[in-house]
Amino acid sequence: MAEMIFAGFGGQGVMSMGMMVAYAGMIEEKNVSWIPSYGPEMRGGTANCAVVVTADEIGSPIITEPDVVVAMNLPSMTKFEPMLKPGGMLIYNSSLIEREGGRDDITVIAVPANDLASELGNTRVANMIVMGTLLAKTKVVGIDSIKKALRQVLPVHRHDLLGVNEDAMKRGAEYVK
Amino acid sequence: MQVVFQRPSALSDKHTHYCPGCTHGIIHRLVAEAIDELDVREKTIGVASVGCSVLAYEYFNCDMQQAAHGRAPAVATGIKRVHPDKVVFTYQGDGDLASIGMAEIVHAAARGEKITTIFVNNTIYGMTGGQMAPTSLVGQKTTTSPFGRKAEHCGYPIKIAELLSTLQGAVSVARVSVHDVPNIIKAKKAIKKAFEVQLSGAGFSIVEVLSTCPTNWGKPPLEALKWLKENMIPYYPLGEYRTPEEVK
Amino acid sequence: MAKQLMKGNEAIGEAAVQAGCRYFFGYPITPQNEVPEYMSRRLPEVGGVFLQAESEVAAINMVYGAAGAGARVMTSSSSPGISLKQEGISYIAGSELPCVIINIIRGGPGLGGIQPAQSDYFQATKGGGHGDYNLFVFAPASVQEMVDLIMESFDIADYYRNPVMIMGDGTLGQMMEPVEFKPVKKRDLPPKDWATTGCVGREHNIINSLALVAENLERHNWKLQEKYKQMKENEQRWELYKTEDAELVMVAYGTTARIVKSVVNKLREQGIKAGLLRPITIFPYPEKAFALLPDSVKAFLTVEMSAGQMVQDVRLAVNGKCPVHFCGRTGGIIPTPAEITKVAMEIMGGER
Repeated sequence: MAEMIFAGFGGQGVMSMGMMVAYAGMIEEKNVSWIPSYGPEMRGGTANCAVVVTADEIGSPIITEPDVVVAMNLPSMTKFEPMLKPGGMLIYNSSLIEREGGRDDITVIAVPANDLASELGNTRVANMIVMGTLLAKTKVVGIDSIKKALRQVLPVHRHDLLGVNEDAMKRGAEYVK
Repeated sequence: MQVVFQRPSALSDKHTHYCPGCTHGIIHRLVAEAIDELDVREKTIGVASVGCSVLAYEYFNCDMQQAAHGRAPAVATGIKRVHPDKVVFTYQGDGDLASIGMAEIVHAAARGEKITTIFVNNTIYGMTGGQMAPTSLVGQKTTTSPFGRKAEHCGYPIKIAELLSTLQGAVSVARVSVHDVPNIIKAKKAIKKAFEVQLSGAGFSIVEVLSTCPTNWGKPPLEALKWLKENMIPYYPLGEYRTPEEVK
Repeated sequence: MAKQLMKGNEAIGEAAVQAGCRYFFGYPITPQNEVPEYMSRRLPEVGGVFLQAESEVAAINMVYGAAGAGARVMTSSSSPGISLKQEGISYIAGSELPCVIINIIRGGPGLGGIQPAQSDYFQATKGGGHGDYNLFVFAPASVQEMVDLIMESFDIADYYRNPVMIMGDGTLGQMMEPVEFKPVKKRDLPPKDWATTGCVGREHNIINSLALVAENLERHNWKLQEKYKQMKENEQRWELYKTEDAELVMVAYGTTARIVKSVVNKLREQGIKAGLLRPITIFPYPEKAFALLPDSVKAFLTVEMSAGQMVQDVRLAVNGKCPVHFCGRTGGIIPTPAEITKVAMEIMGGER
């Protein structure tokens, strides 16, 4: 059972990150759900989605005590870190967030996602860098399933981007090895 | 024996509930004659509204739906979108169309909905007992404007033909009257033309028909016809406000 | 067909299309906007018509017209919009027209909020508009179940000549879950020989809810009531979960039922024999399910995203045999497993 929250600015690709994890979970024949935050807060610039991947039947798709929080910007970390289950995992984008203090009963992983993405020549794949980190650290779904999901989620005319996305995941995984 | 006059087949043989001297009967007949002459009775679906013409579904001998107050153009839209090859018309009074149903008529016209609206304007709510309508004339006494309609209190009467003719989708807009025979003949032509416009697929068509309400006006039928001519026509000028030719 | 990951609102649209719905009239309102958006893309592909109406009121009256003309037609909205549609829904019920109405409920009253709620229960199950009538109301708990029930709803609407409402909430509309579009069992349906299709070689058809002679209107009403009676006899649906030996039965539907299911498992881990009765139809209300519960039941707990609107129906079904408690949140707040568990524990006399 994994309950995850993906959060960041609109445009950082947090919604599609969550969607891909859900998709991959479905490919692995697990029960999955994805739900976005909706309404005015969408307009304010921060976006988040909650994803559940589990072998059991899913109760609420809305998560109050996540196992994993992926925070791509500071407001997201501020909002969701306190909700983490004791022993949960926070993965944050250290290119944009300077973390001071915070909880000590959780695992904290810093990934300079934007910097690593720039090194690959495409800042837009920062989310896939974090995806690589997430998969390496949690094994919530397999990387092959994500690769399959990517082919489903990306429209065919964008399939030229498959390579750079896969490279980004590799880089994000290597970074935390 | 030669038949020189008979009930149009698009009218049923039900006795109408209209008051003596009311001109709804004439207008029903004109609509039915137009349907007959165009030979479309079996492909016509009418929509009755709320008001005096609420029972129109019993009088027109074609498929009919009865609509909620003011919503006839929306109901007709639903029908026409399902049956684009059929002839769909609404028959509405001034309270129904120009007050509670203003949004529906304006938007049906704006969409260029391929329906025909027969709009009967007698400047009063007839069915409910003579209350002020959006088309009641300034100074007109009704049961809710007992001292006469005052413009500074409730504004001026709405000129529907003029208003709708500003919309691009309303390709055929005319105002006619049925207060005397020459005008009845003109009204018939306008109604038939409105149906023809629909059959041509050009867009929305409406005929505003000035009509009387002797009962609620408190006038004998002949006097009512005279009142229409002398008071309504100056404020509601007759004529074609929009024709498909102009729109092209 | 393989499973696809779909947003609830989009799945609603696809389910309707697959059930033969070819007409959709609607108006934008959060949180159901993906329904009209999906239909605007999808219906033209199958020769159907999507039309964005000028208002909720116009939309439901377009549905009335299209349903009267014999078509399979749907509209969707959320709470304030459904309130606006009530007049039209009453006319549709009165004229005995089939259609499907989706309500993706948000918190009220008034403009309320846009977060998920179940506070339109009374409106959906007790009539809603004027007059003696009822809708047939389904309350699905997952995107898959919503799809299955919508596909069936068009048949049910045609079978009873009655509007069917699908009561979801913002959660069901917005969430993505895997779905599969499986063919549903078809009902034997009579031809729509009452529809306004043009009176070629027959008497004219009239779609109407007006009956000025009181005796006629009363007769019409008894006919409608007979229909609702048949629904009560033949169409009640529910799910029982771990009720075989239950001492506490929680009653919840829709999104809330999912949360309660987790709570049942949590309580059982702590030695409390809890179970769930989940209504799938909320009109007709699944009274029969209560008769199937074991004698071990000591109390009921109704859990809702409202101030307790379903409690009445639960009390009627329980008929004084046991106390019926309530736990709920309203205004767009979803009750957490922890708070439901706490209330359940209190009822059952604390931790064991």
